[in-house]
Amino acid sequence: MSSIISISGVTKTYATGFKALKEINLDIERGEIFALLGPNGAGKTTLISIVCGIVNRSSGSVTVDGHDIGKDYRAARALIGLVPQELTIDAFESVWRTVNYSRGLFGKPANPDFVEKVLRDLSLWDKKESKAITLSGGMKRRLMIAKALAHEPRVLFLDEPTAGVDVELRQDMWAMVRRLREDGVTIILTTHYIEEAEAMADRVGVINKGEIILVEGKAELMRKLGRKQMKLELRAPLSTIPDGLSRYALELSPDGNQLTYTYDNQSDRPGVASLIRDLEAAGIQFRDLDTKNSSLEEIFVSLLRQEP
Amino acid sequence: MNLRAAPNFRAVWAIYRVEMARAFRTVLQSIISPVISTSLYFVVFGSAIGSRINEIDGIPYGAFIVPGLIMLSLLTQSISNASFAIYFPKFVGSIYELLSAPVSYLEIIIAYVGGAATKSIMLGLIILGTAALFVPLRIEHPLWMVAFLVLTAVTFSLFGFIIGIWAKTFEQLQLVPLLIVTPLTFLGGSFYSIHMLPGIWKTITLFNPVVYLISGFRWSFYGKADVSVGVSLAMTLVFLAICIAIVAWIFKTGYRLRN
Repeated sequence: MSSIISISGVTKTYATGFKALKEINLDIERGEIFALLGPNGAGKTTLISIVCGIVNRSSGSVTVDGHDIGKDYRAARALIGLVPQELTIDAFESVWRTVNYSRGLFGKPANPDFVEKVLRDLSLWDKKESKAITLSGGMKRRLMIAKALAHEPRVLFLDEPTAGVDVELRQDMWAMVRRLREDGVTIILTTHYIEEAEAMADRVGVINKGEIILVEGKAELMRKLGRKQMKLELRAPLSTIPDGLSRYALELSPDGNQLTYTYDNQSDRPGVASLIRDLEAAGIQFRDLDTKNSSLEEIFVSLLRQEP
Repeated sequence: MNLRAAPNFRAVWAIYRVEMARAFRTVLQSIISPVISTSLYFVVFGSAIGSRINEIDGIPYGAFIVPGLIMLSLLTQSISNASFAIYFPKFVGSIYELLSAPVSYLEIIIAYVGGAATKSIMLGLIILGTAALFVPLRIEHPLWMVAFLVLTAVTFSLFGFIIGIWAKTFEQLQLVPLLIVTPLTFLGGSFYSIHMLPGIWKTITLFNPVVYLISGFRWSFYGKADVSVGVSLAMTLVFLAICIAIVAWIFKTGYRLRN
């Protein structure tokens, strides 16, 4: 796969002296769903805004499908659709007008059939004559997406798309993202709902304090940094862990009712089967057991902690 | 700016259409209210007071003030149309779309200034029509009249565009038109010939750019002017050139648009 967006050496220092981005290098592959994760103020929106042409970069270069965003800005921008974080819409325009306006703004000839399809896909067709101001928050969000898709972009940026969005819309939105991906559209999203990046993204980039800390395929990230935990509910409380079980480095809950065994996938520790055998041998009985993978969120938090 | 890529005429048209649609959506505010206020000027200055005022340069007072009144509306409406058109998306944040679109600064200017100028020219013509109901009009140089109308509308729409980009608050948006443009227009000879001013004021008035616009415009109606029409035209073009230079600088630096 060749990269569709190539960001090299991009920095951004605002007029106030604030260094929002320090030397960003990042390649987005054609057709992938890329999740950009980072805490507030990490530089996610600044980075997106630079690629889309809203904010000027201080140095570095960005190409979109080989087109430089400075020298060849028309070709570069024509490929990109952006759904910003805030609901910023001309409140007095009708849905139909504003979506057609977006299409025209990006230089595409009028195509009522296509615009109708976009509106139908986003359940906005019934509202096509409504003014934006009369729409609910969720409908406004759909409208922002419709505007971004009106010119048939090949790359779609979704900046915090699910912030403050109800479950139904969120599911619709992810269904839409999958459909777009099937059509070959590259999708870059930022989100605080990390479990969704976990469910959706092919690759994850973690950004903190204006630097990309790591970029990894989601599966590798989970494998590399993911851990498994097994929790055992004991029939009778324990006061101490028997010496014979020390090699498992078990944790005992303060009330003595629960044992936790943490092991990673590349397992240098013995397996769960041997633990269970050893527990039986030690005469410890349990009522229930529960195993879980650590979530991307936990991985993410631990990554940020490692940062100086 | 990339000269190899084709210009995005569709974007210019899309912006222009939205701007015109807004004028018709707010027809009361953008068309009817200036017509009413102009009619009031005619009733007060033209009929009530005007009937007691002698002719100026051989022109009945009611007819004399028509070009000045049209200019007054043209200036204020061009500025407010254009400044609001670009300030509003900045204010609500929807400007992101314009900035992320494959449009050049020149295209943005043409669309917004074109829209604002079209609206104020339409308004100027409506006021002209309204005036014709009140006073006998004659237009000696119709081509010049149209030229001054268009030139002034474009120049002050450009000026309004600059104010819209510069303004950070609604107050600032109103400030320049209120504190500078309105006084200059009233003191620019809308209601009198500058020859009627006493001594020193006649000279001071010549520093008011609006004098040249009104004088030139009135000349195209009645063939009489406070300053020669060549000077009027030159001054209008100078002001246009200044506005173009400022806009060019704004776009080169991204001033208050792209930080």
